[in-house]
Amino acid sequence: MTAETIIQSLASGLLMGLLYGLIAVGLALIFGLMDVVNFAHGEFLMIAMYATFFLFAFFAIDPLLAAPLVAAALFVFGALVYLCVVRFAVRAKANAGMVQIFSTFGLAIVMRGLAQFFFTPDYRSITHSWLGGKTFSIAGIYLPVPQLAGALVSIAAFTALYFFINRTDFGRALEATREDAGAVALVGIDKNRVFALGWGLGAALVGLAGAIMAMFFYVYPDVGASFALIAYVTVALGGFGSVFGAFAGGIVVGLVEAGTTLILPPSLKSVGIYAVYLLVVFIRPRGLFGSL
Amino acid sequence: MDTAFNQRRRRDLIVAACFAVIAALVPLFVKDVYVQNIMVLTLMYAALSQSWNILSGYCGQISLGHALYFGLGAYTTALLFTKFGVLPWFGMLGGGLISAVIAMVLGYPCFRLRGHYFVIATIVIAEIALLLFQNWDWAGAALGIDIPVRGDSWLKFQFTRSKLPYFYFALGLACVAWLVTWWLEDSKWGYWWRAVKDNPDAAESLGVVVFNSKMGAAAVSAFLTAVGGAFYAQFVSYIDPESVMGFQFSLLMALPAVLGGIGTLWGPVLGAVILIPLTELTRSFIGGSGRGVDLIVYGTLIVLISLARPEGLVGLFSPRRKEPAR
Repeated sequence: MTAETIIQSLASGLLMGLLYGLIAVGLALIFGLMDVVNFAHGEFLMIAMYATFFLFAFFAIDPLLAAPLVAAALFVFGALVYLCVVRFAVRAKANAGMVQIFSTFGLAIVMRGLAQFFFTPDYRSITHSWLGGKTFSIAGIYLPVPQLAGALVSIAAFTALYFFINRTDFGRALEATREDAGAVALVGIDKNRVFALGWGLGAALVGLAGAIMAMFFYVYPDVGASFALIAYVTVALGGFGSVFGAFAGGIVVGLVEAGTTLILPPSLKSVGIYAVYLLVVFIRPRGLFGSL
Repeated sequence: MDTAFNQRRRRDLIVAACFAVIAALVPLFVKDVYVQNIMVLTLMYAALSQSWNILSGYCGQISLGHALYFGLGAYTTALLFTKFGVLPWFGMLGGGLISAVIAMVLGYPCFRLRGHYFVIATIVIAEIALLLFQNWDWAGAALGIDIPVRGDSWLKFQFTRSKLPYFYFALGLACVAWLVTWWLEDSKWGYWWRAVKDNPDAAESLGVVVFNSKMGAAAVSAFLTAVGGAFYAQFVSYIDPESVMGFQFSLLMALPAVLGGIGTLWGPVLGAVILIPLTELTRSFIGGSGRGVDLIVYGTLIVLISLARPEGLVGLFSPRRKEPAR
C-alpha cells in the first residue's frame, strides 16, 4: 500500500462522503423539524433516480440539467407525502414513534412495488451523459467527474441551505417550528404548512442527490434500500437535530468507507461505517453535533 | 385478592387455552399442505413477534435488529447439525443461550443510548453480523447452508412427508412465548419494564434498576427469538444470511406486534393471525406476476392499519372502554 493509493482512495472517499451528506440532509432536515424518521427516504432517492433516467431516455435531457427539474418534482412529492400520510401519523395518540416508523415503512414498500410494476425489476443505467465516465486528474490523483460534480452540488446545496435557514422568513419559521410548534401557532404560523414545506425541501434535496447518482449508479427498484441505511447512520452519526451534522457525518462516512476498503475486502466496506457509528455513540450518545 | 386485573388475567389464560385447543384441532380438518404451511408460518411469526414484544413493547427498547438473534439461532442449529452431527434440539438450546448472552453483551453499551440512536445501533449491529456471515466461508458464506435430510424423526426434528410435526412445534412455541409474556406481565419484571418504558428517569428514582431490567428483557427476548430461528432452519431446511439475518426480516418480525398492538398480550397473536395469511395469499395469488402487486397491497395495508389504529388492532376487541373524563 503506497501513500499514493491511500491518498487516491481517501480523495474518492471524500467525494462519495459529500454525496452521502447530500443524500442524508433531507432526512436530517425532516427529523430536526418534527422528530420523524422517514423510513421511505431511500425510496425517495429511488424515484429521483428513475425520474432522471426517464428524462434522459425520453427527452435526452442530461442529468445535470434534469437535476433542478427532479428536485422540483420531488419537492411536490415530499409535500404530498406529508399531507397525505405523515400528517396523520404525527397525530396518532398512541405509539406515535412506531406509527411513524411503520407508516413510512409501508409507504416504502408501496413505492418499491409500484416501481417494480411500472418500471420492471431490470437494472437501468444512463449510458452517455455529459460527465459520465470522464475522469479528472490532479497531481497524479484521478477523480471521476460525476462524483466531483456531486461533491460540488453537495457543497453548494449545504451553503444554500445555511443561508436559507438563517436568512429567510421561511427558514426562520422552520427553526421556530422546530423549537416549539405550539408557540408558532400563537404567532399565526400554520404548523402544517411549515411541515409540508419542510418535507418538500427534504425531498427536493434527496432529488438533487438522486439526479447526480443516476449518472454513475444503476437504477432499479431496490436501489434505495442500501443507501437509506447509510443515510440513517450518517444522520445519527452527525447527531439528530443538526442539519449540518449530516454534512460532517457524510464526510466521516465517506472517508471511513474508503479507509475500510484499504484494509478489508470490498464486500465488508460497510462494516467500517457501522463500527464507527457504534464507537461514536458509545462515547458520545448524541452523535457528533446532536443536541439531547 | 380478586381484583379486576386478576380476573382479566384468569380470563386471558382460559381464552388462550381455548384458542390453543382449537388451533391444535384444525389440522384434523384442514389437510391441504399449502394451508398448513401458512398456519405454521403464522404461528412462528406469532411466537417471534411475541418475543420481540417483550423487549420492544413492554420494556420500550425498540429493536429493529432482532434478525440477529433469529439468525444466530438458525445458524447455530444448522452448523452444529451439518458440521458435527449435533441434534437440532441441542442446537436450539445452544443458539438460544448464545443469543441471550450476546444480547446482554451488546446491551451493556447499547442500553445507554436513547430513542433513535438505540434503534439505529440495533440495526447496524445486525447488519455487521449479516455482512460477517456473508463473508464467512466455513458457514457457507452468502450461499448459506443446505441442511441434509437424514430421515423423518422427532429426534432429529426433521420431517419431509408431513408438515404436522412442525405445526405442533410452532404451536407449542407460540404458546410458550405467550405464557412467558403472560407470566411476566404480573411479575416484578413486568412492572419494572412498564415503568422503564413510560419514564426511565422516574423509574430509576423510584428504585427500579433500569439497566438490569433492560438486560433481563433483552435476554428473554433474544432467547425465544433464537429458538424460533432454530425452528425455521429445520422447517425450511435451507438458510442463507440475507433471509434469516436481513434488515427486512427484523421489520417483518416486529410488524405483527406493531399492527396488532405493541406492548399488549394479544397484539402479536392477533397481528400474526391477520397479517401472515394475508401476506402469503396476496403473494401467491397476485404476486406470481413478479411485478410487485403483492408489495403494493401489503404496503398499503401497513400504512392504513398503522394510521387508522395506532394502538393496534387489539383495540377493536377490548371491552367497552370508558371515555376519559375531560
